Amino acid sequence: MNSGIDLQGTFIESLMDLGLPLGAAKAIWMPLPMLLMIIGATVGVLVTVWLERKISAAAQQRIGPEFIGPLGVLAPVADGLKLIFKEDVIPAKSDPWLFTLGPVIVVIPVFLSYLIVPFGQNLIVSNVGMGVFLWIALSSVTPIGLLMSGYASNNKYSLLGGLRAAAQSISYEIPLALAVLAIAMMSNSLSTVDIVDQQSGYGILGWNIWRQPIGFLIFWIAALAECERLPFDLPEAEEELVAGYQTEYSGMKFALFYLGSYINLVLSALLVAILYLGGWEFPIPLDAIAGWLNVSPTNPVFQVVTASLGITMTLLKAYFLVFTAILLRWTVPRVRIDQLLDLGWKFLLPISLVNLLLTAALKISFPAFFGG
Amino acid sequence: MTLAEGVQLVSTIILSVMMIGAAIGVVLLSNIVYSAFLLGGVFISMAGLYLLLNADFVATAQVLIYVGAVNVLILFAIMLVNKRQDFAPMPKAWVRRGATAMVCAGLFALLSTMVLATPWSFSTTVPSSAGAIKAIGRHFFTDFLLPFELASVLLLMALVGAVILARREFIPESAVTDLQATPLTLPERPRELVPVGGTPSQEESK
Repeated sequence: MNSGIDLQGTFIESLMDLGLPLGAAKAIWMPLPMLLMIIGATVGVLVTVWLERKISAAAQQRIGPEFIGPLGVLAPVADGLKLIFKEDVIPAKSDPWLFTLGPVIVVIPVFLSYLIVPFGQNLIVSNVGMGVFLWIALSSVTPIGLLMSGYASNNKYSLLGGLRAAAQSISYEIPLALAVLAIAMMSNSLSTVDIVDQQSGYGILGWNIWRQPIGFLIFWIAALAECERLPFDLPEAEEELVAGYQTEYSGMKFALFYLGSYINLVLSALLVAILYLGGWEFPIPLDAIAGWLNVSPTNPVFQVVTASLGITMTLLKAYFLVFTAILLRWTVPRVRIDQLLDLGWKFLLPISLVNLLLTAALKISFPAFFGG
Repeated sequence: MTLAEGVQLVSTIILSVMMIGAAIGVVLLSNIVYSAFLLGGVFISMAGLYLLLNADFVATAQVLIYVGAVNVLILFAIMLVNKRQDFAPMPKAWVRRGATAMVCAGLFALLSTMVLATPWSFSTTVPSSAGAIKAIGRHFFTDFLLPFELASVLLLMALVGAVILARREFIPESAVTDLQATPLTLPERPRELVPVGGTPSQEESK
Protein backbone atom coordinates (compact mmCIF):
# COMPACT_ATOMS: atom_id res chain seq x y z
CA MET A 1 0.00 0.00 0.00
CA ASN A 2 1.31 3.38 -0.98
CA SER A 3 1.41 5.31 2.28
CA GLY A 4 1.86 8.78 0.78
CA ILE A 5 3.35 11.63 2.72
CA ASP A 6 4.36 10.91 6.30
CA LEU A 7 4.77 14.37 7.84
CA GLN A 8 5.08 13.03 11.36
CA GLY A 9 7.89 10.62 10.54
CA THR A 10 9.85 13.25 8.60
CA PHE A 11 9.38 15.89 11.30
CA ILE A 12 10.49 13.59 14.11
CA GLU A 13 13.47 12.35 12.11
CA SER A 14 14.65 15.88 11.36
CA LEU A 15 14.32 16.84 15.03
CA MET A 16 16.28 13.76 16.05
CA ASP A 17 19.00 14.74 13.61
CA LEU A 18 19.27 17.96 15.62
CA GLY A 19 20.11 15.86 18.67
CA LEU A 20 16.75 15.67 20.45
CA PRO A 21 15.64 12.39 22.03
CA LEU A 22 12.72 10.50 20.44
CA GLY A 23 10.27 11.28 23.24
CA ALA A 24 10.93 15.01 23.14
CA ALA A 25 10.65 15.08 19.34
CA LYS A 26 7.27 13.34 19.53
CA ALA A 27 6.12 15.70 22.29
CA ILE A 28 7.06 18.69 20.11
CA TRP A 29 5.18 17.20 17.15
CA MET A 30 2.00 16.34 19.03
CA PRO A 31 0.43 19.79 19.51
CA LEU A 32 1.04 20.81 15.88
CA PRO A 33 -1.65 18.71 14.13
CA MET A 34 -4.08 19.39 16.97
CA LEU A 35 -3.63 23.12 16.65
CA LEU A 36 -3.91 22.88 12.88
CA MET A 37 -7.12 20.89 13.20
CA ILE A 38 -8.69 23.37 15.64
CA ILE A 39 -7.81 26.28 13.37
CA GLY A 40 -9.06 24.33 10.35
CA ALA A 41 -12.33 23.51 12.08
CA THR A 42 -12.87 27.14 13.07
CA VAL A 43 -12.15 28.37 9.55
CA GLY A 44 -14.53 25.67 8.30
CA VAL A 45 -17.21 27.15 10.52
CA LEU A 46 -16.63 30.63 9.12
CA VAL A 47 -16.97 29.24 5.60
CA THR A 48 -20.14 27.39 6.56
CA VAL A 49 -21.71 30.46 8.15
CA TRP A 50 -20.95 32.46 5.02
CA LEU A 51 -22.43 29.69 2.86
CA GLU A 52 -25.49 29.60 5.08
CA ARG A 53 -26.04 33.31 4.60
CA LYS A 54 -25.44 33.24 0.86
CA ILE A 55 -27.48 30.10 0.15
CA SER A 56 -30.37 31.20 2.33
CA ALA A 57 -30.33 34.48 0.46
CA ALA A 58 -30.40 32.67 -2.86
CA ALA A 59 -33.21 30.40 -1.67
CA GLN A 60 -35.25 33.46 -0.69
CA GLN A 61 -34.26 35.51 -3.77
CA ARG A 62 -32.23 38.01 -1.77
CA ILE A 63 -28.62 39.06 -2.29
CA GLY A 64 -27.29 38.32 1.17
CA PRO A 65 -24.15 39.83 2.66
CA GLU A 66 -22.40 41.88 0.01
CA PHE A 67 -20.36 44.78 1.33
CA ILE A 68 -18.36 43.11 4.13
CA GLY A 69 -15.40 41.97 2.10
CA PRO A 70 -15.67 40.59 -1.45
CA LEU A 71 -19.05 38.83 -1.79
CA GLY A 72 -19.52 39.34 1.93
CA VAL A 73 -16.96 36.70 2.95
CA LEU A 74 -16.06 38.70 6.06
CA ALA A 75 -19.64 38.65 7.39
CA PRO A 76 -19.02 35.63 9.66
CA VAL A 77 -15.84 37.28 10.98
CA ALA A 78 -17.91 40.36 11.82
CA ASP A 79 -20.41 38.08 13.57
CA GLY A 80 -17.65 36.51 15.62
CA LEU A 81 -16.15 39.87 16.58
CA LYS A 82 -19.55 41.14 17.62
CA LEU A 83 -20.07 38.10 19.84
CA ILE A 84 -16.63 38.51 21.43
CA PHE A 85 -17.28 42.13 22.39
CA LYS A 86 -20.82 41.60 23.65
CA GLU A 87 -21.45 41.69 27.37
CA ASP A 88 -21.47 38.29 28.97
CA VAL A 89 -24.69 38.26 30.97
CA ILE A 90 -25.29 35.66 33.66
CA PRO A 91 -28.92 35.83 34.81
CA ALA A 92 -29.31 36.63 38.49
CA LYS A 93 -31.40 33.60 39.39
CA SER A 94 -29.32 31.16 37.38
CA ASP A 95 -26.75 28.71 38.59
CA PRO A 96 -23.49 30.45 37.59
CA TRP A 97 -21.26 27.36 37.67
CA LEU A 98 -23.43 25.09 35.59
CA PHE A 99 -24.37 28.03 33.36
CA THR A 100 -20.71 28.52 32.46
CA LEU A 101 -19.82 24.87 32.25
CA GLY A 102 -22.71 23.92 29.94
CA PRO A 103 -21.46 25.48 26.67
CA VAL A 104 -17.95 24.18 27.38
CA ILE A 105 -19.17 20.60 27.69
CA VAL A 106 -21.11 21.03 24.46
CA VAL A 107 -18.11 22.24 22.47
CA ILE A 108 -15.23 20.09 23.76
CA PRO A 109 -16.46 16.68 22.52
CA VAL A 110 -17.13 18.11 19.08
CA PHE A 111 -13.59 19.48 18.77
CA LEU A 112 -12.20 16.25 20.19
CA SER A 113 -14.00 14.27 17.49
CA TYR A 114 -11.83 15.93 14.84
CA LEU A 115 -9.12 13.57 16.14
CA ILE A 116 -10.39 10.83 13.86
CA VAL A 117 -11.02 12.77 10.64
CA PRO A 118 -8.48 11.67 8.03
CA PHE A 119 -7.51 13.76 5.01
CA GLY A 120 -5.05 11.21 3.66
CA GLN A 121 -3.30 7.99 4.55
CA ASN A 122 -1.17 9.75 7.17
CA LEU A 123 -2.94 13.10 7.28
CA ILE A 124 -4.86 12.43 10.47
CA VAL A 125 -4.33 13.65 14.02
CA SER A 126 -4.43 10.16 15.45
CA ASN A 127 -5.38 6.89 13.78
CA VAL A 128 -7.20 5.58 16.84
CA GLY A 129 -8.28 1.96 16.62
CA MET A 130 -11.72 2.87 17.91
CA GLY A 131 -12.22 5.46 15.15
CA VAL A 132 -15.90 6.07 14.46
CA PHE A 133 -16.92 4.41 17.72
CA LEU A 134 -14.98 7.11 19.54
CA TRP A 135 -16.95 9.72 17.60
CA ILE A 136 -20.27 8.11 18.57
CA ALA A 137 -19.22 7.94 22.21
CA LEU A 138 -18.05 11.55 22.24
CA SER A 139 -21.17 12.84 20.53
CA SER A 140 -23.22 11.18 23.26
CA VAL A 141 -21.60 13.47 25.85
CA THR A 142 -23.03 16.63 24.24
CA PRO A 143 -26.60 16.24 25.61
CA ILE A 144 -25.20 16.49 29.15
CA GLY A 145 -23.96 19.97 28.35
CA LEU A 146 -27.30 20.87 26.81
CA LEU A 147 -29.21 19.59 29.84
CA MET A 148 -26.79 21.46 32.07
CA SER A 149 -27.27 24.79 30.33
CA GLY A 150 -31.03 24.24 30.07
CA TYR A 151 -31.27 23.57 33.78
CA ALA A 152 -28.85 26.26 34.91
CA SER A 153 -30.65 29.03 32.98
CA ASN A 154 -33.60 28.69 35.37
CA ASN A 155 -36.03 29.37 32.55
CA LYS A 156 -38.80 27.04 31.50
CA TYR A 157 -38.09 27.44 27.80
CA SER A 158 -34.43 26.65 28.36
CA LEU A 159 -35.27 23.58 30.42
CA LEU A 160 -37.72 22.33 27.80
CA GLY A 161 -35.18 22.97 25.08
CA GLY A 162 -32.50 21.08 26.96
CA LEU A 163 -34.82 18.15 27.60
CA ARG A 164 -35.85 18.06 23.95
CA ALA A 165 -32.23 18.16 22.85
CA ALA A 166 -31.35 15.24 25.10
CA ALA A 167 -34.37 13.20 23.99
CA GLN A 168 -33.62 13.90 20.35
CA SER A 169 -29.97 13.07 20.54
CA ILE A 170 -30.58 9.82 22.47
CA SER A 171 -33.20 8.74 19.92
CA TYR A 172 -31.13 9.42 16.85
CA GLU A 173 -27.90 8.05 18.23
CA ILE A 174 -29.17 4.49 17.87
CA PRO A 175 -29.94 4.54 14.13
CA LEU A 176 -26.67 6.44 13.65
CA ALA A 177 -24.68 3.80 15.51
CA LEU A 178 -26.43 0.97 13.65
CA ALA A 179 -25.65 2.59 10.29
CA VAL A 180 -22.01 2.92 11.33
CA LEU A 181 -22.04 -0.69 12.51
CA ALA A 182 -23.00 -1.87 9.02
CA ILE A 183 -20.02 0.04 7.61
CA ALA A 184 -17.73 -1.36 10.31
CA MET A 185 -18.92 -4.84 9.45
CA MET A 186 -18.03 -4.33 5.79
CA SER A 187 -14.65 -2.79 6.57
CA ASN A 188 -13.71 -5.22 9.37
CA SER A 189 -12.46 -2.21 11.29
CA LEU A 190 -13.62 0.87 13.13
CA SER A 191 -10.63 2.97 12.12
CA THR A 192 -11.53 5.71 9.67
CA VAL A 193 -8.35 5.14 7.67
CA ASP A 194 -9.19 1.45 7.21
CA ILE A 195 -12.75 2.33 6.21
CA VAL A 196 -11.49 4.63 3.45
CA ASP A 197 -8.87 2.08 2.35
CA GLN A 198 -11.57 -0.52 1.97
CA GLN A 199 -13.39 1.80 -0.48
CA SER A 200 -10.30 2.54 -2.54
CA GLY A 201 -9.10 0.85 -5.68
CA TYR A 202 -12.12 1.19 -7.97
CA GLY A 203 -12.58 4.95 -7.90
CA ILE A 204 -16.15 6.16 -7.61
CA LEU A 205 -17.54 2.64 -8.10
CA GLY A 206 -15.95 1.38 -4.93
CA TRP A 207 -17.51 3.94 -2.61
CA ASN A 208 -19.72 2.66 0.15
CA ILE A 209 -22.73 4.67 -0.99
CA TRP A 210 -23.46 2.07 -3.71
CA ARG A 211 -23.26 -0.78 -1.21
CA GLN A 212 -24.98 1.04 1.65
CA PRO A 213 -27.59 3.35 0.06
CA ILE A 214 -30.05 2.83 2.93
CA GLY A 215 -27.33 3.24 5.50
CA PHE A 216 -26.24 6.48 3.83
CA LEU A 217 -29.72 7.99 4.07
CA ILE A 218 -30.19 6.82 7.66
CA PHE A 219 -26.81 8.20 8.63
CA TRP A 220 -27.41 11.58 7.02
CA ILE A 221 -30.89 11.98 8.51
CA ALA A 222 -29.68 10.94 11.95
CA ALA A 223 -26.61 13.16 11.67
CA LEU A 224 -28.80 16.15 10.79
CA ALA A 225 -30.96 15.37 13.80
CA GLU A 226 -27.87 15.12 16.02
CA CYS A 227 -26.71 18.51 14.75
CA GLU A 228 -30.17 19.98 15.38
CA ARG A 229 -30.41 21.28 11.84
CA LEU A 230 -33.66 22.62 10.61
CA PRO A 231 -36.04 19.84 9.81
CA PHE A 232 -35.11 18.67 13.30
CA ASP A 233 -34.20 21.85 15.18
CA LEU A 234 -36.86 21.25 17.83
CA PRO A 235 -34.63 22.16 20.80
CA GLU A 236 -34.42 25.74 19.63
CA ALA A 237 -37.72 26.05 17.79
CA GLU A 238 -38.19 29.79 18.05
CA GLU A 239 -41.97 29.82 17.70
CA GLU A 240 -42.40 27.49 20.64
CA LEU A 241 -39.37 27.84 22.88
CA VAL A 242 -37.92 31.32 22.15
CA ALA A 243 -34.47 29.81 21.52
CA GLY A 244 -34.50 26.67 23.62
CA TYR A 245 -31.48 26.14 25.82
CA GLN A 246 -29.75 29.18 24.24
CA THR A 247 -32.39 31.64 25.44
CA GLU A 248 -30.45 33.11 28.36
CA TYR A 249 -27.03 33.04 26.73
CA SER A 250 -25.20 35.95 25.19
CA GLY A 251 -21.71 36.92 24.21
CA MET A 252 -19.00 34.27 24.09
CA LYS A 253 -21.11 31.57 25.74
CA PHE A 254 -23.71 31.87 23.01
CA ALA A 255 -20.86 31.92 20.52
CA LEU A 256 -19.68 28.57 21.87
CA PHE A 257 -23.11 27.03 21.17
CA TYR A 258 -23.15 28.62 17.74
CA LEU A 259 -19.63 27.41 16.97
CA GLY A 260 -20.39 23.97 18.35
CA SER A 261 -23.45 23.47 16.18
CA TYR A 262 -21.66 24.49 12.99
CA ILE A 263 -18.53 22.48 13.80
CA ASN A 264 -20.78 19.52 14.43
CA LEU A 265 -22.42 20.03 11.05
CA VAL A 266 -19.06 20.15 9.25
CA LEU A 267 -17.87 17.13 11.24
CA SER A 268 -20.96 15.12 10.31
CA ALA A 269 -20.50 16.06 6.67
CA LEU A 270 -16.83 15.03 6.83
CA LEU A 271 -17.79 11.70 8.38
CA VAL A 272 -20.44 11.03 5.73
CA ALA A 273 -17.76 11.77 3.14
CA ILE A 274 -15.38 9.36 4.86
CA LEU A 275 -17.83 6.56 5.56
CA TYR A 276 -19.87 6.64 2.36
CA LEU A 277 -18.18 8.80 -0.28
CA GLY A 278 -14.67 7.40 -0.28
CA GLY A 279 -12.98 9.96 1.96
CA TRP A 280 -9.91 11.37 0.25
CA GLU A 281 -10.24 9.13 -2.82
CA PHE A 282 -10.48 10.74 -6.25
CA PRO A 283 -13.41 9.50 -8.44
CA ILE A 284 -10.81 7.88 -10.73
CA PRO A 285 -8.17 5.86 -8.86
CA LEU A 286 -5.01 7.97 -8.72
CA ASP A 287 -2.70 4.97 -9.00
CA ALA A 288 -4.29 4.18 -12.39
CA ILE A 289 -3.71 7.78 -13.51
CA ALA A 290 -0.10 7.49 -12.38
CA GLY A 291 0.16 4.32 -14.45
CA TRP A 292 -1.19 6.06 -17.57
CA LEU A 293 1.20 8.97 -17.09
CA ASN A 294 4.11 6.63 -16.35
CA VAL A 295 4.76 8.31 -13.00
CA SER A 296 6.06 6.22 -10.16
CA PRO A 297 3.75 6.31 -7.09
CA THR A 298 6.79 7.12 -4.94
CA ASN A 299 7.61 10.24 -6.96
CA PRO A 300 7.68 13.17 -4.46
CA VAL A 301 5.82 15.57 -6.75
CA PHE A 302 3.13 12.95 -7.34
CA GLN A 303 2.84 12.40 -3.60
CA VAL A 304 2.40 16.11 -2.88
CA VAL A 305 -0.23 16.31 -5.63
CA THR A 306 -1.99 13.22 -4.21
CA ALA A 307 -2.02 14.62 -0.70
CA SER A 308 -3.38 18.02 -1.72
CA LEU A 309 -5.90 16.36 -4.00
CA GLY A 310 -6.95 14.16 -1.07
CA ILE A 311 -7.55 17.15 1.20
CA THR A 312 -9.42 18.93 -1.59
CA MET A 313 -11.59 15.88 -2.33
CA THR A 314 -12.50 15.37 1.35
CA LEU A 315 -13.42 19.02 1.74
CA LEU A 316 -15.32 19.12 -1.57
CA LYS A 317 -17.42 16.10 -0.62
CA ALA A 318 -18.02 17.44 2.88
CA TYR A 319 -19.02 20.88 1.64
CA PHE A 320 -21.34 19.39 -0.94
CA LEU A 321 -23.12 17.70 1.97
CA VAL A 322 -23.06 20.95 3.96
CA PHE A 323 -24.66 22.61 0.92
CA THR A 324 -27.48 20.04 0.88
CA ALA A 325 -27.96 20.52 4.64
CA ILE A 326 -28.23 24.31 4.22
CA LEU A 327 -30.60 23.93 1.28
CA LEU A 328 -32.73 21.56 3.37
CA ARG A 329 -32.77 24.06 6.20
CA TRP A 330 -34.17 26.83 4.03
CA THR A 331 -36.70 24.73 2.10
CA VAL A 332 -38.11 22.19 4.56
CA PRO A 333 -40.49 23.06 7.40
CA ARG A 334 -39.84 21.93 10.95
CA VAL A 335 -41.32 18.66 12.16
CA ARG A 336 -43.26 18.38 15.41
CA ILE A 337 -41.64 16.74 18.42
CA ASP A 338 -43.90 13.66 18.25
CA GLN A 339 -43.24 13.32 14.52
CA LEU A 340 -39.54 13.60 15.23
CA LEU A 341 -39.56 10.85 17.84
CA ASP A 342 -41.86 8.69 15.69
CA LEU A 343 -39.45 9.03 12.78
CA GLY A 344 -36.53 8.07 14.99
CA TRP A 345 -37.97 5.15 16.88
CA LYS A 346 -40.64 3.74 14.57
CA PHE A 347 -39.04 4.27 11.18
CA LEU A 348 -35.28 4.78 11.28
CA LEU A 349 -34.57 2.22 14.00
CA PRO A 350 -36.33 -0.74 12.30
CA ILE A 351 -34.95 0.27 8.90
CA SER A 352 -31.42 0.46 10.25
CA LEU A 353 -31.80 -2.96 11.89
CA VAL A 354 -32.99 -4.38 8.56
CA ASN A 355 -30.05 -2.67 6.87
CA LEU A 356 -27.68 -4.28 9.35
CA LEU A 357 -29.17 -7.74 8.79
CA LEU A 358 -29.10 -7.25 5.03
CA THR A 359 -25.45 -6.22 5.17
CA ALA A 360 -24.58 -9.25 7.27
CA ALA A 361 -26.42 -11.55 4.86
CA LEU A 362 -24.76 -9.97 1.82
CA LYS A 363 -21.38 -10.14 3.50
CA ILE A 364 -21.78 -13.88 3.97
CA SER A 365 -23.18 -14.44 0.46
CA PHE A 366 -20.86 -12.16 -1.54
CA PRO A 367 -17.70 -11.77 0.52
CA ALA A 368 -15.86 -10.33 -2.49
CA PHE A 369 -18.14 -7.29 -2.76
CA PHE A 370 -19.04 -6.73 0.86
CA GLY A 371 -15.65 -7.10 2.53
CA GLY A 372 -15.35 -10.78 3.51
CA MET B 1 11.68 7.38 33.91
CA THR B 2 10.91 8.43 30.37
CA LEU B 3 8.59 11.21 29.35
CA ALA B 4 5.77 8.80 28.52
CA GLU B 5 5.95 7.11 31.91
CA GLY B 6 5.94 10.47 33.68
CA VAL B 7 2.88 11.59 31.73
CA GLN B 8 1.19 8.32 32.57
CA LEU B 9 1.94 8.64 36.28
CA VAL B 10 0.73 12.24 36.44
CA SER B 11 -2.44 11.37 34.51
CA THR B 12 -3.14 8.47 36.84
CA ILE B 13 -2.85 10.72 39.86
CA ILE B 14 -4.99 13.46 38.31
CA LEU B 15 -7.67 10.99 37.21
CA SER B 16 -7.76 9.25 40.59
CA VAL B 17 -8.08 12.54 42.45
CA MET B 18 -10.81 13.62 40.01
CA MET B 19 -12.67 10.37 40.44
CA ILE B 20 -12.53 10.27 44.23
CA GLY B 21 -13.35 13.96 44.52
CA ALA B 22 -16.33 13.67 42.18
CA ALA B 23 -17.54 10.52 43.94
CA ILE B 24 -17.40 12.24 47.33
CA GLY B 25 -19.28 15.15 45.80
CA VAL B 26 -21.99 12.80 44.48
CA VAL B 27 -22.56 11.49 47.99
CA LEU B 28 -22.18 14.66 50.03
CA LEU B 29 -23.84 17.40 47.97
CA SER B 30 -27.45 18.01 48.92
CA ASN B 31 -28.50 19.26 45.47
CA ILE B 32 -29.41 16.16 43.49
CA VAL B 33 -28.70 17.82 40.13
CA TYR B 34 -25.10 18.53 41.13
CA SER B 35 -24.76 14.93 42.25
CA ALA B 36 -26.01 13.70 38.89
CA PHE B 37 -23.57 15.91 36.97
CA LEU B 38 -20.69 14.86 39.21
CA LEU B 39 -21.62 11.23 38.55
CA GLY B 40 -20.83 11.99 34.91
CA GLY B 41 -17.43 13.23 36.09
CA VAL B 42 -16.84 9.95 37.94
CA PHE B 43 -17.67 7.96 34.81
CA ILE B 44 -15.42 10.11 32.62
CA SER B 45 -12.48 9.76 35.01
CA MET B 46 -13.02 6.02 35.07
CA ALA B 47 -12.93 5.98 31.26
CA GLY B 48 -9.65 7.88 31.47
CA LEU B 49 -8.19 5.25 33.79
CA TYR B 50 -9.28 2.49 31.40
CA LEU B 51 -7.57 4.41 28.62
CA LEU B 52 -4.36 4.53 30.62
CA LEU B 53 -4.56 0.75 31.01
CA ASN B 54 -4.64 0.37 27.20
CA ALA B 55 -8.26 -0.76 27.28
CA ASP B 56 -9.55 1.72 24.73
CA PHE B 57 -12.67 -0.24 23.77
CA VAL B 58 -13.78 -0.45 27.39
CA ALA B 59 -13.01 3.25 27.84
CA THR B 60 -15.07 4.24 24.80
CA ALA B 61 -17.91 1.94 25.80
CA GLN B 62 -17.80 3.45 29.29
CA VAL B 63 -18.25 6.94 27.85
CA LEU B 64 -20.98 5.84 25.45
CA ILE B 65 -23.02 3.77 27.88
CA TYR B 66 -22.48 5.34 31.27
CA VAL B 67 -22.02 8.99 30.37
CA GLY B 68 -24.04 9.13 27.15
CA ALA B 69 -26.93 6.91 28.16
CA VAL B 70 -27.16 6.16 31.88
CA ASN B 71 -26.16 9.58 33.16
CA VAL B 72 -28.25 11.42 30.58
CA LEU B 73 -31.26 9.31 31.56
CA ILE B 74 -30.71 10.03 35.25
CA LEU B 75 -30.48 13.75 34.51
CA PHE B 76 -33.49 13.52 32.25
CA ALA B 77 -35.56 11.92 34.98
CA ILE B 78 -34.43 14.46 37.58
CA MET B 79 -35.17 17.41 35.33
CA LEU B 80 -38.46 16.09 34.03
CA VAL B 81 -39.69 15.84 37.59
CA ASN B 82 -37.90 19.11 38.46
CA LYS B 83 -38.91 18.98 42.08
CA ARG B 84 -36.78 21.34 44.13
CA GLN B 85 -37.24 20.16 47.63
CA ASP B 86 -34.92 20.55 50.55
CA PHE B 87 -34.47 17.68 52.88
CA ALA B 88 -36.61 18.15 55.97
CA PRO B 89 -34.53 17.71 59.13
CA MET B 90 -35.38 14.36 60.61
CA PRO B 91 -35.41 13.49 64.31
CA LYS B 92 -32.66 11.07 65.25
CA ALA B 93 -30.90 11.47 61.91
CA TRP B 94 -27.61 10.50 63.57
CA VAL B 95 -28.84 6.90 63.96
CA ARG B 96 -29.28 6.55 60.21
CA ARG B 97 -26.00 8.33 59.50
CA GLY B 98 -24.16 6.17 61.98
CA ALA B 99 -25.61 2.99 60.50
CA THR B 100 -24.73 4.12 56.99
CA ALA B 101 -21.18 4.97 58.05
CA MET B 102 -20.77 1.57 59.68
CA VAL B 103 -22.07 -0.30 56.64
CA CYS B 104 -19.81 1.72 54.33
CA ALA B 105 -16.76 1.23 56.54
CA GLY B 106 -17.44 -2.50 56.75
CA LEU B 107 -17.81 -2.77 53.00
CA PHE B 108 -14.60 -0.80 52.51
CA ALA B 109 -12.70 -3.00 54.96
CA LEU B 110 -14.08 -6.15 53.31
CA LEU B 111 -13.09 -5.05 49.83
CA SER B 112 -9.65 -3.87 50.95
CA THR B 113 -8.89 -7.20 52.63
CA MET B 114 -10.11 -8.96 49.49
CA VAL B 115 -7.82 -6.86 47.30
CA LEU B 116 -4.84 -7.37 49.63
CA ALA B 117 -5.42 -11.07 50.35
CA THR B 118 -6.06 -12.28 46.82
CA PRO B 119 -2.92 -13.66 45.16
CA TRP B 120 -3.27 -11.71 41.90
CA SER B 121 -1.47 -13.25 38.94
CA PHE B 122 0.25 -10.34 37.26
CA SER B 123 0.96 -10.70 33.58
CA THR B 124 4.32 -9.37 32.45
CA THR B 125 3.31 -8.82 28.82
CA VAL B 126 2.49 -5.27 27.82
CA PRO B 127 -1.28 -5.10 27.31
CA SER B 128 -2.21 -4.23 23.77
CA SER B 129 -5.52 -2.92 22.55
CA ALA B 130 -5.12 -4.47 19.09
CA GLY B 131 -7.64 -7.23 18.59
CA ALA B 132 -9.34 -6.45 21.89
CA ILE B 133 -12.75 -6.07 20.27
CA LYS B 134 -12.48 -9.49 18.63
CA ALA B 135 -11.43 -11.11 21.91
CA ILE B 136 -14.29 -9.45 23.79
CA GLY B 137 -16.77 -10.52 21.13
CA ARG B 138 -15.52 -14.11 21.20
CA HIS B 139 -15.87 -14.22 24.99
CA PHE B 140 -19.40 -12.83 24.76
CA PHE B 141 -20.47 -15.64 22.46
CA THR B 142 -18.62 -18.52 24.09
CA ASP B 143 -17.79 -18.69 27.79
CA PHE B 144 -19.64 -15.53 28.87
CA LEU B 145 -22.74 -16.25 26.80
CA LEU B 146 -25.07 -16.79 29.76
CA PRO B 147 -24.33 -13.54 31.63
CA PHE B 148 -24.42 -11.64 28.36
CA GLU B 149 -27.81 -13.04 27.40
CA LEU B 150 -29.17 -12.60 30.92
CA ALA B 151 -28.16 -8.96 30.83
CA SER B 152 -29.96 -8.50 27.53
CA VAL B 153 -33.10 -10.20 28.91
CA LEU B 154 -32.94 -7.82 31.87
CA LEU B 155 -32.71 -4.85 29.52
CA LEU B 156 -35.62 -6.20 27.49
CA MET B 157 -37.70 -6.43 30.64
CA ALA B 158 -36.85 -2.84 31.50
CA LEU B 159 -37.80 -1.82 27.97
CA VAL B 160 -41.19 -3.54 28.13
CA GLY B 161 -41.82 -1.98 31.53
CA ALA B 162 -40.97 1.47 30.21
CA VAL B 163 -43.30 1.04 27.23
CA ILE B 164 -46.16 -0.06 29.49
CA LEU B 165 -45.60 2.88 31.83
CA ALA B 166 -45.37 5.33 28.95
CA ARG B 167 -48.52 4.06 27.21
CA ARG B 168 -50.54 4.78 30.34
CA GLU B 169 -53.03 1.99 29.98
CA PHE B 170 -54.73 3.00 33.19
CA ILE B 171 -56.29 6.35 32.40
CA PRO B 172 -59.51 6.68 34.38
CA GLU B 173 -62.71 6.56 32.30
CA SER B 174 -63.85 10.03 33.35
CA ALA B 175 -60.62 11.69 32.27
CA VAL B 176 -60.99 10.18 28.81
CA THR B 177 -64.54 11.45 28.33
CA ASP B 178 -63.48 14.88 29.58
CA LEU B 179 -60.75 15.05 27.02
CA GLN B 180 -63.03 14.02 24.19
CA ALA B 181 -65.79 16.38 25.21
CA THR B 182 -63.63 19.51 24.99
CA PRO B 183 -65.47 21.66 22.46
CA LEU B 184 -62.68 23.87 21.15
CA THR B 185 -59.83 21.70 20.04
CA LEU B 186 -57.19 22.49 17.52
CA PRO B 187 -57.23 20.26 14.46
CA GLU B 188 -54.48 17.96 15.68
CA ARG B 189 -53.79 14.36 14.97
CA PRO B 190 -56.18 12.43 17.22
CA ARG B 191 -54.37 10.87 20.16
CA GLU B 192 -55.16 7.31 20.94
CA LEU B 193 -56.20 7.04 24.56
CA VAL B 194 -56.79 3.55 25.83
CA PRO B 195 -59.39 3.41 28.60
CA VAL B 196 -59.32 0.83 31.39
CA GLY B 197 -60.57 -2.54 30.26
CA GLY B 198 -61.58 -1.25 26.85
CA THR B 199 -60.28 -2.54 23.56
CA PRO B 200 -57.95 -0.26 21.63
CA SER B 201 -59.78 1.70 19.00
CA GLN B 202 -59.77 0.09 15.59
CA GLU B 203 -58.42 2.93 13.49
CA GLU B 204 -54.70 3.40 13.82
CA SER B 205 -53.56 6.86 14.68
CA LYS B 206 -51.75 7.14 11.38
